[in-house]
Amino acid sequence: MATMTIAKALNEALRKSLETDPKVVLMGEDIGKLGGVFRITDGLHKDFGEQRVIDTPLAESGIVGTAIGLALRGYRPVVEIQFDGFVFPAYDQIVTQLAKMHARALGKIKLPVVIRIPYGGGIGAVEHHSESPEAYFAHTAGLKVVSPSTPQDAYWMLQQAIDSDDPVIFLEPKRRYWDKGEVDTDGIPAPLHKARTAREGTDLTLAAYGPMVKVCLEAAAAAAEEGRSLEVVDLRSLSPLDFDAVQASVEKTRRLVVVHEAPVQLGMGAEIAARITERCFYHLEAPVLRVGGFHAPYPPARVEEEYLPGLDRVLDAVDRSLAF
Amino acid sequence: MSVKSTAAKPRTPRTGTRGGAKRREGEPELVQLLTPEGERVQHSEYSIDLSPEELRGLYRDMVLTRRFDAEATSLQRQGELGLWASLLGQEAAQIGSGRATRPDDYVFPTYREHGVAWCRGVDPVNLLGMFRGVNHGGWDPNENNFHLYTIVIGSQTLHATGYAMGISKDGADSAVIAYFGDGASSQGDVAEAFTFAAVYNAPVVFFCQNNQWAISEPTEKQSRVPIYQRAAGFGFPGVRVDGNDVLAVLAVTRAALEHARSGQGPMLVEAFTYRMGAHTTSDDPTRYRLDEEREQWEHKDPILRLRSYLEKDGIADEAFFAGVEEESEALGKRVREAVRAMPDPDPMSIFENIYADGHALVDEERAQFAAYQASFADSPEGH
Repeated sequence: MATMTIAKALNEALRKSLETDPKVVLMGEDIGKLGGVFRITDGLHKDFGEQRVIDTPLAESGIVGTAIGLALRGYRPVVEIQFDGFVFPAYDQIVTQLAKMHARALGKIKLPVVIRIPYGGGIGAVEHHSESPEAYFAHTAGLKVVSPSTPQDAYWMLQQAIDSDDPVIFLEPKRRYWDKGEVDTDGIPAPLHKARTAREGTDLTLAAYGPMVKVCLEAAAAAAEEGRSLEVVDLRSLSPLDFDAVQASVEKTRRLVVVHEAPVQLGMGAEIAARITERCFYHLEAPVLRVGGFHAPYPPARVEEEYLPGLDRVLDAVDRSLAF
Repeated sequence: MSVKSTAAKPRTPRTGTRGGAKRREGEPELVQLLTPEGERVQHSEYSIDLSPEELRGLYRDMVLTRRFDAEATSLQRQGELGLWASLLGQEAAQIGSGRATRPDDYVFPTYREHGVAWCRGVDPVNLLGMFRGVNHGGWDPNENNFHLYTIVIGSQTLHATGYAMGISKDGADSAVIAYFGDGASSQGDVAEAFTFAAVYNAPVVFFCQNNQWAISEPTEKQSRVPIYQRAAGFGFPGVRVDGNDVLAVLAVTRAALEHARSGQGPMLVEAFTYRMGAHTTSDDPTRYRLDEEREQWEHKDPILRLRSYLEKDGIADEAFFAGVEEESEALGKRVREAVRAMPDPDPMSIFENIYADGHALVDEERAQFAAYQASFADSPEGH
């Protein structure tokens, strides 16, 4: 077992994939000598060269579009989008081309492209650097969407995403890049699309992913001091989403609060609330509640802590649920 | 609607059209090896030397492609296809460039490259699936190194560039050719493809069929400079070729592909041609363009001009032309029958091939839909 940050775990995962499979290539802006603006590709350009770690022109559609062509030639491109808000120039290539090509060829070709996106807020950034675009991608058939919340998951899930023959949108919770944790680099990893029970509890289930898992664990710890036992489910994968795991938890606790940074309106929470209500109607003691961003553009950094779900907003939702 | 005979008839050249494609004021010269009257001419930079058999082959390719295209248009009018994008008038641009490719080259078409598909050995019937509405592509791109048709304008130029980057990485000496139109030249993806191809010195030929119209918008609404000149700004060569001259297109595309294969990077070929029909069968070109323009271009017909040359130089005789005519009728019949026999897909196929590795939600919805469908079988009769 080694202790490392999420950033280092991602870096190690990329290194492992580059070593294991000569068809893996990394592409993105500033990922070469600089090692990426978050240094996730640190040292890889030096060790694997510019043929494997490719600095690209500043054109996101071009990055994803050429990654598609490389995949068609038998490569496994891992693309870095510098920030969440910069993915939209590539949105057309991702949604109209990457997601659909396998089906259009009746399964004859595969598109093993991973698109890494540092996403979410909480780092005091300027506009377009703090967004949570997961719902756009989870809405599109043909794409898989995952987000790790721990160094352990960062290490394994990225390698699993690269091994997948499907396009994977890999959302990296950027404000957690420097969080440390234990990483078992030898064990057998959990399946990529399985949810994980991050904390056992009996009174209410908190479902979250990526940056909000930590907030939910903190909320559960705070609630425990008041004698409340909260279960925290780390979804890990958003498409496919492990509804069986959420259902099992809700059948035990009878209450569910979904927490994410993205706006509540038509977000992942809406989908989870609807499906869990369908599956668990007679088990639920309260409506499924959601805690998330507002129907507003991501705000300026000085007020982002009001916009982002924090401990108090999560606990407020817990109170509301338990009051039913 | 009946399908007109497509075997080209000899015609009398009109005065006023001699001397090649008419140039607009300030328009550059284009590479030409065969005048509209069927006279062989020389070009200082591009030359071609084809055997009689090869020349007859180009004629046959163009006639059969036109016949296939006409059949597809008829099938659309008869309700057998939902839509058709005709290539009428662009046969030379497509056959000339398609025949310039090697088997190990890779082609990224837009949605009108029926003649290029023909050259690559794709069964024309396969092209009709998406227009009939039974699939969204339907062939294995790697079987003939001919990628799926791409409808979103210009997207495929980036796929072509990425594929070409992969060829470089592999150390192979193949090349890629990406087709797009004059309208697509306005798309950001095409500009980004030019940038990436130039920066990585990718072996890709960008082949623009400037057919003068992007649905109803003329080339003047796309560009203030001739399209081939845009390449210069990206740092690679561009050339304009008479797109209705199959010999010139073949010569120029061969040279461009050789340029790419030999490590000299990308090249842009602008085939200056004309779409004789509508953009698609949903379109009405009489609303936006003049009959005189079409008539002017009719005198530059790619098939007629090659036929004139073959006849004048005694490269082909009547028996050859009759044979091609017979073959084209047989092709039309085969296509007609194959399309009518094309089955609708099984509704359960909606759930197939969405993911290579499977997806829990697809499995769940497939099972639910199967159960829903099965429920009708259990219904009492008469309900």
